[in-house]
Amino acid sequence: MTARTGSIKVKTGMAEMLKGGVIMDVTNAEQALIAQEAGAVAVMALEKVPADIRREGGVARMSDPRIIREIMHAVTIPVMAKIRIGHFVEAQILEALEIDFIDESEVLTPADEHHHVNKHDFTIPFVCGARNLGEALRRIGEGAAMIRTKGEAGTGNVVEAVRHMRTIMSEIRKVVNMNEDELMAEAKNMGAPYELVKLVHDEGKLPVVNFAAGGIATPADASLMMQLGADGVFVGSGIFKSANPVKMAKAIVDAVTYYNDANKLLEISENLGMAMPGLSLASISEENRMAGRGW
Amino acid sequence: MKIGVLGLQGAYREHMQCLGKLGIDTMDVRYNQDLKHINGLIIPGGESTVISKLAQKNLLFDAIRQKGLLNFPIWGTCAGLILLASEIEDNSVEPLKLMKIKVRRNAFGRQKHSFVTKIKLSGFAAQEEFPGVFIRAPQIISIGDGVEVLARYQKNIVACKQGNLLATSFHPELTSDLLFHQIFLNIVQRSMVTSLAG
Repeated sequence: MTARTGSIKVKTGMAEMLKGGVIMDVTNAEQALIAQEAGAVAVMALEKVPADIRREGGVARMSDPRIIREIMHAVTIPVMAKIRIGHFVEAQILEALEIDFIDESEVLTPADEHHHVNKHDFTIPFVCGARNLGEALRRIGEGAAMIRTKGEAGTGNVVEAVRHMRTIMSEIRKVVNMNEDELMAEAKNMGAPYELVKLVHDEGKLPVVNFAAGGIATPADASLMMQLGADGVFVGSGIFKSANPVKMAKAIVDAVTYYNDANKLLEISENLGMAMPGLSLASISEENRMAGRGW
Repeated sequence: MKIGVLGLQGAYREHMQCLGKLGIDTMDVRYNQDLKHINGLIIPGGESTVISKLAQKNLLFDAIRQKGLLNFPIWGTCAGLILLASEIEDNSVEPLKLMKIKVRRNAFGRQKHSFVTKIKLSGFAAQEEFPGVFIRAPQIISIGDGVEVLARYQKNIVACKQGNLLATSFHPELTSDLLFHQIFLNIVQRSMVTSLAG
């Protein structure tokens, strides 16, 4: 009996298994174990969390595989890692390392200002950021098995993630309500493949899992994103830049499971210590914003 | 008849959709008291470490275990199978210890080695094969008395049954073949008749 690896079924299926979960950024094995113990559904292995990448500036690249490998050895949950937009060789290296999921991420400095990686070429699934439905469907067209909002990473400010999630959800509702003869013009307007626009119209949802990411810093932020329609949540700097990472990590995991239960959220939110310091978007110049990266 | 799907984390909606296609009422189970309203429970795929921890925190874990010991119908897929086991090879997850099976997590390797294949059924159904979707899947490495093997992939046991407990290491909820959902519903149906008679 032949076994087929790398099909869209096992890639999108893997993402389905992450639903209702929290994916946490970690920079070493010790943090990875804290995340796993707190109930993270996966970890994102990287050298620096987005808040530090933002502060230090310069060119941000894929992490040293040594760091990623140590994290992979430390935990039994899936491990993800980031590559620069369009940097298919970084992706080849991570595939050789047998990472479980690749994030083609605007948090790193883009390697190509016109093209993203052709993700169909890989056995490993990819997650990509999106600000709107057109961008999400372009990434899915390139083979992404999972979508996340971009938000504005490393700010501890959820405002952009909210904007992106609301935009995607309202654009889905719009496409669902369209007549079939309006879909081609809409595909042209959005710059998205017609077949995928048609699929959203017919199914009433994105064809892949859609997580929230970028600026989530508290259990309330996580629940907000879930109530707006996210399937799960990425927390980058929000955990290990908070005063009490163990408590914060557990609280955000609970907030994603009980996102619709205000009494539970009250209990979860109490006495967590300081969340990560936040940045107002007005204080970040246009060229220093990460969400605009991606095409 | 109403079937509950443990909704703490993972692919619970897919199971509900499959049951919906068979005309069955479903609810997602997140609290202890939800167990009162259902005739059978599905523990879905997801991350077994996460589901186990969340269930332990809110006391669902013990409540499910108590029900399972009283022969309440429970079906675990993938992570759910891990939770039903008596023993996890690397002790990385606290299982419910309901089925006499020993399980190896991520037995086929990391995500790169996740695969789709046809698995062989052991002759209990009209069809001989079933589409197996294996995602970082566990393997049953040994079984105890009273555990019936339902399907194998190569030599590995990938589906089995013990009383009213059913376990599959693959994901029937990600396919359009509803055979295993039907098998579970038959188990639930029989258990309802028995409890009425009792």
